[in-house]
Amino acid sequence: MTPFSFEWEWDIGHIIFFGFLYLCLTVIGLGLSWAGIKTVLQLLGLLWEKDLEED
Amino acid sequence: MESALFPEGVTRCSAKKFFLWTLPWLLILAWGGVSAVLCLWKALNQTNMSNIFAFALWIVFDLGLIALGAGAFFTGFLTYIIGKKELRDILNAAVIIGFICYSGAMAILGIDIGQPLRGWFIFWHANIHSMLVEVSFCITCYLIVLSIEFLPIILENRKLEEIKPIRLFGRNLHAIMAVFAATGTFLSFFHQGSLGGMFGVMYARPFAARGGFYIWPWTFFLFILSAIAAGPCFTILIVKIAEKLTKKKLVSDNTVQFLARLSGFLLATYLILKIADTIGWINGEAHRAGLRFMDFYKEGPYGVWLPIAEIGICGILPAIMLLIPKLRKQTKWLIIACLLNCTGIILNRFSFIIVTLAIPVLPFERFWSYLPTWQEWGVALASIAYGVLLFSVAYRYLPVFPKERELNPIS
Repeated sequence: MTPFSFEWEWDIGHIIFFGFLYLCLTVIGLGLSWAGIKTVLQLLGLLWEKDLEED
Repeated sequence: MESALFPEGVTRCSAKKFFLWTLPWLLILAWGGVSAVLCLWKALNQTNMSNIFAFALWIVFDLGLIALGAGAFFTGFLTYIIGKKELRDILNAAVIIGFICYSGAMAILGIDIGQPLRGWFIFWHANIHSMLVEVSFCITCYLIVLSIEFLPIILENRKLEEIKPIRLFGRNLHAIMAVFAATGTFLSFFHQGSLGGMFGVMYARPFAARGGFYIWPWTFFLFILSAIAAGPCFTILIVKIAEKLTKKKLVSDNTVQFLARLSGFLLATYLILKIADTIGWINGEAHRAGLRFMDFYKEGPYGVWLPIAEIGICGILPAIMLLIPKLRKQTKWLIIACLLNCTGIILNRFSFIIVTLAIPVLPFERFWSYLPTWQEWGVALASIAYGVLLFSVAYRYLPVFPKERELNPIS
């Protein structure tokens, strides 16, 4: 359910339940994206990574 | 050829021996598969669940697995948030055990809900007044977190690590593991608690109903505490079984002793609160319902032996064993203490699920008994077989125990 769903109500229950759900999903998504983007930048040589020196 | 996949500097048994070890577990998994197909194809009439026993064996397994899997979040919390670096020796094992427990529980739930294709309804048409919705949200998110925590361990496989993008991604993921550990701790705290809270708010069932603090019944806090007391013991138990089977030392004594001591302390704290809660319940909710303690245990097979076994034999006894260093340091007593502790928590979940539903509430009701069908046993036991298989494969091909090479030098 999102705030755009017809069942949504702007009450404390929905805000707390779904607020924390979306917060957790956002943290997980950002964490994965950070690791992914950093990896791509390292592979492209735009970010220094000592592992690259081994190759 | 296969040995190229093994972690560096360690030995593993032959492929034939490994296959023979997996065979009985594969058979149980096949039994579970047949049971699951029957339940999905012919519906839940394949089970002995009813309107009375809507929660049954599968939910006992689910809640048991979720409590025992708490070792993952608690070890992660101690390692990354509190900074107990010595726990890194056992962290990978704890994460894999946690992943097995939660994914196994989710797989059982997939069959239990009857129509897994409508599983997403709980997210989209959420009843925000239900504790089960919070549990569903948290368990699903936590399984994602556990998968992310498991991923770098998989990517550390010797052959996979040779591929540069995979190696870099694994290390980058590992570098921010504290974020995932903190998220996992938050999610675990709430779903472990809400599972307990769900029983505490059953005001129409005096066996389960409890008083509490604000909106949270005491069972909310007791479930969290019992899970973090038993979870690390389950991790120790699995590690000790792995050590016996492989005839190797996999984790240093200091790490095991630290976790065991902590478990003992948490178990003792839990028991004090649990006994206080039981006394409060006898004189509070049960008394107000016109019932005495023994009224709950006078019918059917669930006699007074159940609380004695749960709190006494599987509670106080292991707490004493874990708190006395002389006993704790002997492997035999440590394994017995861990086994009793884990049994105690399963008995606790069993009491709250099965006994609560079995005891009559209204004067014209009778005691309800319930025996699972072979299909229910099949699905439930398949979760154990799946766990054994996944842990065995992980141990064979992944660096589950970082100190293994150091503790078992190849002469």
